[in-house]
Amino acid sequence: MPKTIIEKIWEQHIVYEEQGKPDLLYIDLHLLHEVTSPQAFEGLRLAGRKVRRPDLCFATMDHNVPTRNLPIINDPIAKKQITTLEKNCEEFGIELADMEHPDQGIVHIIGPELGLTQPGKTIVCGDSHTSTHGAFGAIAFGIGTSEVEHVLSTQTLWQSKPKTMEIRINGKLGFGVTAKDVILAIIAKFGIDVGTGHIAEYTGEAIRSMTMEERMTICNMSIEAGAKAGLISPDETTIEYLRGRRHVPEGEAFDEAAEEWLSLATDEGAAYDTVLEIDANEIEPFITWGTNPSMGSGISANVPSSEDFADESDKEALKKALAYMGLEEGTPLSSIEIQHVFIGSCTNARLSDLRAAAEVIAGQKVHPNVTAIVVPGSRKVKRQAEEEGLDKVFLEAGFEWRESGCSMCLAMNDDVVPAGERCASTSNRNFEGRQGAGSRTHLMSPAMAAAAAISGHFTDVRTMKLAHA
Amino acid sequence: MKPINEVRSVITPLNRKNVDTDQIISKEFLKRIERTGFGKYLFHHWRFQADGTENKEFVLNEDRFKESKILVAHDNFGCGSSREHAPWAILDYGFEVVIAPSFADIFHNNCFKNGILPIRLRIEEVEELLTKGETAPYTLEIDLEQQTVIGEDGKTYTFDIDPYYKQMLLNGWDEISLTFQYEEQIAAYEKQHA
Repeated sequence: MPKTIIEKIWEQHIVYEEQGKPDLLYIDLHLLHEVTSPQAFEGLRLAGRKVRRPDLCFATMDHNVPTRNLPIINDPIAKKQITTLEKNCEEFGIELADMEHPDQGIVHIIGPELGLTQPGKTIVCGDSHTSTHGAFGAIAFGIGTSEVEHVLSTQTLWQSKPKTMEIRINGKLGFGVTAKDVILAIIAKFGIDVGTGHIAEYTGEAIRSMTMEERMTICNMSIEAGAKAGLISPDETTIEYLRGRRHVPEGEAFDEAAEEWLSLATDEGAAYDTVLEIDANEIEPFITWGTNPSMGSGISANVPSSEDFADESDKEALKKALAYMGLEEGTPLSSIEIQHVFIGSCTNARLSDLRAAAEVIAGQKVHPNVTAIVVPGSRKVKRQAEEEGLDKVFLEAGFEWRESGCSMCLAMNDDVVPAGERCASTSNRNFEGRQGAGSRTHLMSPAMAAAAAISGHFTDVRTMKLAHA
Repeated sequence: MKPINEVRSVITPLNRKNVDTDQIISKEFLKRIERTGFGKYLFHHWRFQADGTENKEFVLNEDRFKESKILVAHDNFGCGSSREHAPWAILDYGFEVVIAPSFADIFHNNCFKNGILPIRLRIEEVEELLTKGETAPYTLEIDLEQQTVIGEDGKTYTFDIDPYYKQMLLNGWDEISLTFQYEEQIAAYEKQHA
């Protein structure tokens, strides 16, 4: 019987199964960071347990790290969390890319960079955006700290088998439409909880023509549609990305691995529990206007009105969201002015994202009302960008060029949007207070954020691109 | 973790959809390395104004709900970040049961690891509870063994729960100790895939 990649990987990882119980799944890669791991290590110590497979763990520091004046952390509580991870990794023998290590970066950016992320693996991390790694054809999902402790001690997790979902993007993307626009459009169309209880596979022509970095942007936000994980069947693009990376096999062993990886792809005729479809040509550059990632529209639209919703609770949710966001119903999105731009996060801080933003701003100046920062996703991305001179493009335009980390995506460090101010952000969540208490977040692609930085308000980047052409 | 079976309490009606874990526990409290003491930060930006005074409009601040052990909310409760600090804050604040029409997967899973009982009821049942709870203090009696929710007016609801997680909650088992019983299977898997 034809199978989906989801079923194939799941079945390969069952350690034990019994009627009436979740499956006991083996975990191939466990990524760790400073925020969701200290209580797990403490749990091990209290119970006198050890880490079963330190060789399958990899840790870095990203959520809390400063993006300037490294390595000084002013907040003593944050500093303690950082030093706690150092001590834990040392005590339990886990490889760590610390704050100043050349491999440091956002955990979901460095996993693929280092070749730790590979097709067919089960990958977990105490972080919901672990779904990013699904771009390689892996089952990758976020877990809580108790599960982090469980994986540390047993290298397994009890997991009920999720349903399978296909999200098919039909046709080709239009001019100036990016992976971020696609995933935001999917979430807006189908809703913030459409994926609950499912692992989603993204398919279709538009996905096949995407680079690995674009595919990572898509899979990254699967959790924003409620899915446990999101993935894409491996193909030649996947293989070429992995070739030569540090942790992948070399020579003949690579060719053997590649053959095995390609065989994981969903079989022709395999059935999914749920199928969603969207036409690529209905997607335009997209931004969010509300307080969850499903509250978004194409840039040519207006802020919705309550008449646009039939359900009373949706009308109420709109009212609450607009009150928080300081927006009026019916306002054209392109007229909304901003004070901040954040280009960064595990969604959009890879080299191609920085290139896309740099292309838009080259030779122009950031609007005088706007403070704009670029936070590369990893030290490697930062080095590569500097080799290409992208840092100069940003600096000359008036952007700040920072060190890598999660930064203003969740504002755990000093990179905070002040209350009442508005930020065009390439991150993944626009929840109330996400970028600082009272801050107002609008999600969009790097190109759209760059366009807003120049004009001081949301702008259809396609018009700017055409003007350049 | 503490076993849970019967819980009797006034409900706290939180009539919102898509309550995300950023609202349940805000990022400024995630820097702590402890597992306890998060209750005072629960729903911080909804409970408190910017100047630190209580927001009287927010349901948790009403006197009649101060001793409540049962939180009732709308669809997709606990969406977003995987932070287990969210269930830690809920439990530490005093809630032992959360009732909603649906939960986000990671949050739902995290509840079972901490002795919180997440109960899914039908939308119309939850809306009925929310209305009753908002109108006057309304007490529910929850019985996990029987899988029942009984209102003070005798209205009875039943709920489904995965038998594995039911046993975990009823017995307060440590899941890692249970998994160690499968050491042989784990070792065999590793040998086969080495």
